[in-house]
Amino acid sequence: MKRFKKPMDKVEVRNLTKSYVERRMKARDPGSCNYHEKCEVLKGIDFRVKAGSFTCFLGPSGCGKSTLLQIIAGFEKADRGKVLIDGKEVTGSSSRHIFVFQEDGLLPWLTARQNVALGSRHITDPEKRSSEEEDYIEMVGLQGFEDHYPHELSGGMRRRAEVARALITNPDILYMDEPFGALDFVTRLQMREEMLNVHSMFDSTILFITHDIDEALQLGDQIIVMSERPSRVKADIHLDAPHPRDLSSGHLAELRKEVYFLMGLHAAL
Amino acid sequence: MAIRRTDSITSFVIIISVWEITVRLFHVSPFKFPGPGEVGVALWELAASGALLDHVIASLYRVTWGYYLSVLTAIPFGMFLGTWYSARRIFNPLIQFLRPISPLAWIPVALIWFGIGDRPAIFLIFLSSFFPMVVFTMSGVQGVRRTYLRVADNFGLTGLERSIKVILPAAMPEIVVGLRITLGTAWLVIVAAEMIAVKSGLGYLIVDGRNALRMDRVIAGMIVIGLIGLCLDWLIRKLETLPYVIWSKRRK
Repeated sequence: MKRFKKPMDKVEVRNLTKSYVERRMKARDPGSCNYHEKCEVLKGIDFRVKAGSFTCFLGPSGCGKSTLLQIIAGFEKADRGKVLIDGKEVTGSSSRHIFVFQEDGLLPWLTARQNVALGSRHITDPEKRSSEEEDYIEMVGLQGFEDHYPHELSGGMRRRAEVARALITNPDILYMDEPFGALDFVTRLQMREEMLNVHSMFDSTILFITHDIDEALQLGDQIIVMSERPSRVKADIHLDAPHPRDLSSGHLAELRKEVYFLMGLHAAL
Repeated sequence: MAIRRTDSITSFVIIISVWEITVRLFHVSPFKFPGPGEVGVALWELAASGALLDHVIASLYRVTWGYYLSVLTAIPFGMFLGTWYSARRIFNPLIQFLRPISPLAWIPVALIWFGIGDRPAIFLIFLSSFFPMVVFTMSGVQGVRRTYLRVADNFGLTGLERSIKVILPAAMPEIVVGLRITLGTAWLVIVAAEMIAVKSGLGYLIVDGRNALRMDRVIAGMIVIGLIGLCLDWLIRKLETLPYVIWSKRRK
């Protein structure tokens, strides 16, 4: 008899709750908490992510998407609830699960290559290590800029270097917190295309925060829409449309409209 | 607008002219305030006899020892305090208490502990730069961006690698500011330190000049101290162009 193994979820988040004490003197936006008050950010977050999938998180700014991803990555602790990766509870950061940061996560005193080398530390053979570094630098199109410091690179190149540093570890999971948020429109679209290539070339499970609805619809196998603070999962959408996706017609256009409504937008369409 | 090389000496030309004119106009006694010419002659005599070089070397020797000792102990200690909150809670009040006590107040203590010679002077230099250097390092380490620490954790750096490859360079811009300021302080204190317990150095030159009623030598000594201070600052500013430091200036 053939035995079926239940496919395990890569990431499972169970009833996650997090609050913190507001430290900003001035309220950042109308919905935010008063100074020194306890502020509930995440309230009972539940979802599952399949191995090898591309999951996008959407939500209004300040809703706690970043906090959520940082808890999943093991940088911060939840007040209540659990994060399971491969069925095991997350207790801290792991070099199998790499985080691509919202602001510049490259170490500014290291060159592009030295930064990429942070990710190649697991390769013991020095020759193989340096040839791998070269391969990944070439893959993200940074050849000729290896010895530049981050401040000498453009915004897009910095993002690419950080992606190369993450991918060279052959990560099991890739966390990306609005990685392209600060880029100009065209560079952003280029990076979006490159992310699709990355997703097809690597087996990594990707958890990707964005505030761009179209970006989520273009990239995601799963889209998790979060509400305002205290944040809950408002919608958990699975979509399996092939790439490249045309958002202007058919099922995807319907879905796009739906997501815009979920985000509280009615007129901007 | 380009800054011309001559701009930086303009103020010197002005002050020397005013000095010369004042001395001549009011017929000031050279025992009270010698003119630039007399001071120049004294400077030349000191330099030609080789005495000046000996004094300069003696002073620099003491400053080097005191400064290096303090930097080599203050940076690790400051990093330790900056990294561990509980250590900071324990030691910070003590540091803040000792810091405002002038190194000059330590002179009697230094003499009784270390006797006569180089050692009390080196001890005073050490004290004058140790506490500020600890504070600069500590605050530099505390100010390290959380993202960099997370990158270190994420890529599995060990504790030592984390300190040397991430925390130290991230705090380096502030540490270099500390190095610059404490070198200035050390040079400031050396003169006071050499007014006691030693028979060499620029501080001694000045005290000796006063005892012999040679104001020209006193002022010559002051000028040399100023010039060397200028050179030291110029040298230490070279540190600001290291890749470990320059990133903080170039980033936006």
